[in-house]
Amino acid sequence: MYKYDDYDQQLVDERVEQFREQVNRRLSGELSEEEFRPLRLMNGVYLQLHAYMLRVAIPYGTISTAQMRQFAYIARTYDKGYGHFTTRQNIQFNWPKLVDIPDILKDLSKVQMHAIQTSGNCIRNTTADQYAGASFDELEDPRPWCEIIRQWSTMHPEFTYLPRKFKMAVTGSPSDRAAVAIHDIGLRIRRDDQGDLGFEVMVGGGLGRTPMIGKTICEFLPKEDLLSYLEAILRVYNQFGRRDNKYKARIKILVHEIGAETFADLVEKEWVHIRDSALQLPQSEIDAIQAHFTPPPFEVLPSLSSVFADKVATDQAFAYWVKNNVREHKQQGYAIANISLKPVGGIPGDISHTQMDALADLADQYSFGEIRSTHEQNLVLAHVKRDDLYALWQKLDAYDLATPNSGLITDLIACPGLDYCALANSRSIPLAQRISNRFGELDRQHDIGKIQIKISGCINACTHHHVGHIGILGVDKKGQEFYQITLGGRADEHAKIGKIVGAGFSTDEVVDAVETLIDTYLNLRENKEETFLDAFNRVGEQPFKEALYDAR
Amino acid sequence: MTKQVVTANRLDDGLAVFYKADDSWHNSIDQASQVDAGPEAEALLAQASDERNQLCVVGPYLIDIDKEGAHATPVRYREMIRTLGPSVRPDLGYQAK
Repeated sequence: MYKYDDYDQQLVDERVEQFREQVNRRLSGELSEEEFRPLRLMNGVYLQLHAYMLRVAIPYGTISTAQMRQFAYIARTYDKGYGHFTTRQNIQFNWPKLVDIPDILKDLSKVQMHAIQTSGNCIRNTTADQYAGASFDELEDPRPWCEIIRQWSTMHPEFTYLPRKFKMAVTGSPSDRAAVAIHDIGLRIRRDDQGDLGFEVMVGGGLGRTPMIGKTICEFLPKEDLLSYLEAILRVYNQFGRRDNKYKARIKILVHEIGAETFADLVEKEWVHIRDSALQLPQSEIDAIQAHFTPPPFEVLPSLSSVFADKVATDQAFAYWVKNNVREHKQQGYAIANISLKPVGGIPGDISHTQMDALADLADQYSFGEIRSTHEQNLVLAHVKRDDLYALWQKLDAYDLATPNSGLITDLIACPGLDYCALANSRSIPLAQRISNRFGELDRQHDIGKIQIKISGCINACTHHHVGHIGILGVDKKGQEFYQITLGGRADEHAKIGKIVGAGFSTDEVVDAVETLIDTYLNLRENKEETFLDAFNRVGEQPFKEALYDAR
Repeated sequence: MTKQVVTANRLDDGLAVFYKADDSWHNSIDQASQVDAGPEAEALLAQASDERNQLCVVGPYLIDIDKEGAHATPVRYREMIRTLGPSVRPDLGYQAK
């Protein structure tokens, strides 16, 4: 993975000391809260319901074991013993004291991490496919490109005060696990008809109040032009994006209002001026960054592992975990292990400091010292020998990290909601827990099959509920929590915004409503292979609507 | 008449706190001064927002409460959660003590 050079380290170290001074000036009264607030936000420090919250960037979701151990240390030293993985592959600490945050940032800098640009109207952490460098269908590892974007966008003087926040995602596989179409810019590595690799560029995706799927404005962008083209997009947005209304300030509104073609024309006009500038990436620079992401030293292994096959045949619990959580790897004899942070009835995305330390040890032992975070609030060990899967699973199980539910109904995504978040209108986590408990029995989960439920506690849609197969949005209705359901959304390479199915449900009703949807699906599916989403796409919303509302 | 109290987050640690008219901030809403909504509440908020208090807390505001007397209960669920802690982690926040 990428290692800071002296310049990176100096930049981060200086930023920590700068923030320490800013905190001191706030505490002494030299800075008012109004003056201090934008400064703390630029360093990832929010003020939530109960305490400050620190959001730490995990560039493209790749974490070294030293970094994971540092998260554990921070959780137990400065916080309340746990952290929370977010839908942008970052980690949040929910209880840090402001007076401790400079020290926390100092500790993070020791493992080449920071919280810069995890808030504010700037370019945020670029996210990527959690299976990068491991997936069998990958054209190219997207992470070097994310790193190039990170270096270009970090403290970019022109893009520090954009009309609104700006998020990018990159996938190197045709199977989109990074939800690129719902980002301000989504990049998909693809081949042109000459066989060369470059990028399909999508702009104007995003959810929130006005959900939109990104539009492709460039079918094929040569790699060396990536930064100049991105800069052209950001310049057009910076110039024409609305600053008068924060609800209309995202790039998706601009692209929608002027049209993708006009937007693309404006980008082209800007690009002409800068395409051949210093932003053009020399091959030597690309090579240098890619050298940080060379594949680990895989062993040459047989395709069949008798140890593995024997354990699958004899240990049913292990076999279920393999079936649900283990994915095919591009390297023969290896596998991708998904580590669920969704124990049945648990809090999605939360992880204790002991679990973090244990996982770091397991990653060192079994996966080349590297862990990935996913936008679905889970973790991944990307390169595990099939021979080692059984031992790994046993050790994960000892730390309650072996829940065999990857992609199943209890693998649901939920934001912190009103239990923590100052913006939320309703609670998300208790609903996630109730749904998880209702469907927790594994045979039932297997019967229901692949499905994604995403629960947001407000319209900001941090969990991407619009693109959940079942999306749930919590709203405040006269002081009561109410939940609105959308159906048929998806975040993959066929991304689509779900449709609101009808009137919302009270806290008491909503889990039954979800069960009604599931029972309706089970009754109408053509066979067990037809997933909830496939069935919904075949029959439309009507049968689900009738089931939900006719009996009311 | 609706009763109100002033709440904010403490500057140094961020914890939810509640204001008493003797110019002190408390972790428990029960220690907060309860005042009538309107001019009395606005005056208390102004006092809680003065220059000196800007060094103690962030963003003071008024919340409606349901009961007078020893146990004040916020009307809004959001504020209830602030007085207790996350509903999903009874081991954390004021409710844990």
